[in-house]
Amino acid sequence: MKFTHAMTALGVGLMTTAPALATGPIKAPTAEQMATMVNKGDTSWMLISSALVLMMSIPALALFYGGLVRTKNMLSLLMQVFMVVSIAALVWVSWGYTLAFTSGGPFVGGFGKLFLQGVDATTVAATFSNNVYIPEYAFVAFQMTFACITPALIVGAFAERIKFTPLMLFVVAWLTLVYFPIAHMVWYWAGPDFLADTVVKDAAGVLISQDAGYLWGKGALDFAGGTVVHINAGIAGLVGCIIVGKRIGFGKEATPPHSLTMTMIGAALLWVGWFGFNAGSNLEANGVTALAFINTFVATAAAAVSWAIVEQLRHGRPSLLGAVSGAVAGLVAITPASGYAAPMTAIILGLIVSPICYVFVSTVKNALKYDDTLDVFGIHCVGGIVGAIGTAIVADPSLGGQGFFDYTVFPAAVGTYDMGGQLITQIKAVLITLGWSGGVSAILFYALKLTIGLRPSDDAEREGLDLSEHGERAYNY
Amino acid sequence: MKFVTAIIKSFKLDDVREALSALGVSGMTVTEVKGFGRQKGQTEIYRGAEYTTNMVPKLKVEVACASDLADRVVEAIQQAANTGAIGDGKIFVFELGQAVRIRTGETDSVAL
Repeated sequence: MKFTHAMTALGVGLMTTAPALATGPIKAPTAEQMATMVNKGDTSWMLISSALVLMMSIPALALFYGGLVRTKNMLSLLMQVFMVVSIAALVWVSWGYTLAFTSGGPFVGGFGKLFLQGVDATTVAATFSNNVYIPEYAFVAFQMTFACITPALIVGAFAERIKFTPLMLFVVAWLTLVYFPIAHMVWYWAGPDFLADTVVKDAAGVLISQDAGYLWGKGALDFAGGTVVHINAGIAGLVGCIIVGKRIGFGKEATPPHSLTMTMIGAALLWVGWFGFNAGSNLEANGVTALAFINTFVATAAAAVSWAIVEQLRHGRPSLLGAVSGAVAGLVAITPASGYAAPMTAIILGLIVSPICYVFVSTVKNALKYDDTLDVFGIHCVGGIVGAIGTAIVADPSLGGQGFFDYTVFPAAVGTYDMGGQLITQIKAVLITLGWSGGVSAILFYALKLTIGLRPSDDAEREGLDLSEHGERAYNY
Repeated sequence: MKFVTAIIKSFKLDDVREALSALGVSGMTVTEVKGFGRQKGQTEIYRGAEYTTNMVPKLKVEVACASDLADRVVEAIQQAANTGAIGDGKIFVFELGQAVRIRTGETDSVAL
């Protein structure tokens, strides 16, 4: 997708610095050759992006969520997010990276890089351009931040009524059985310099790669994690909030947010951090990175505006919570499309997603009476689905989109874009994620519910999780 | 001695304090309270979920004064806190049995 731009820049540079490469990209380069294809600009950008995405979970998501709960549960949200991030980081480097990003089967990777064995300061990871690599540690760190934030998103669905320890056990199991396989299915592939050699014709005569995740091989487009992160976490949240059960007093007691100031700070930091999430997902620092950056900016702005307009029309008063909820919905929707859309189509995607999410968090949730405390399903899953399906439309080159690159040939070339076919592929990817994550999450939640239990006692829940689970208050004044 | 309790709109506190100071009232206690009377509550909407809050925030002003001052205190509060709109509040007057200044042990009118 960004191959042309990258090669133009590379070609100019190579004339003077690396004449050995001037004849064109090298197919299946050796480790020594790959070591010369690492660029300090790309490396810097990926490390900055990694730090930005970490900021999205702590403090951004923790504050965004924390502000929305009652005072007595504020600290529990902060603690849950903080510890999910810490535990996920350890799980990622221990067995997550190898399960997600090594060659294994179509559904999950192998154990070749268990505990990061074989990864060192000289090894590299592929990008989306022929003959462009980044240090493998930078890739491991960048992807680690995604593994950290995804389970942290889930905790909002059953906020104010979950025991801490079972939640942490759930996170370890969910990462292992849901996140790593889905990440492998959507994002793993052999890389642009190697994929062409792994391609074979299937029975129908279609070229398929022998060394790519199942959904990547099917051509599903997910630039920065609409499926892997948001739909994945959103459906797990919905299943979780139903199995955990409603809060005591749900629908009877008023449970207004205790600090929309915190929520606004959190949402604003999410927006800033999301530049690392989306633009960083290009794995290089180039024109498409800038495209993903600007798309992330304007789609979010559009979604904040359209949510405010919906509230103005419906209630006569636009709320801050509505504006920041719209911004998050816009960020979620543009995530899979960020490197494929054009700024104007990104704006349309942002304008569309807010009214849809608004209907889910107000009308649908109330009608079906599930207690998704912080609307993890209504915003992340629904917004993710809008984005995943919308990606098929906005990626179309006839609408100014980037189309896709065909990596089954070497060097990679622009593929022929078929919007109808892409729509079907995107819907399939959405359904597989919903089914896998929803199903496995349900099993995990039930297993915990029937063994060590998921909920605190009624008294503990009424007292608030801050005191009953952590022995602290968020505020002493 | 009388004990006057007034429930007033929060933004009227300074007017009430000035009016009472002008009468020579030298102290008062103010508490943030919630309650309801004829004034309707407010509706708050969070992501489409509507909460009707019946309890409206007000301030409770408590003043102890000599019995002969009580009528003027009530009048001063009534005029200072008045906006003419529903929700201006109420004034209650009680008999006060005893007053003690903790620092000196002085009692009753000397202690006010």
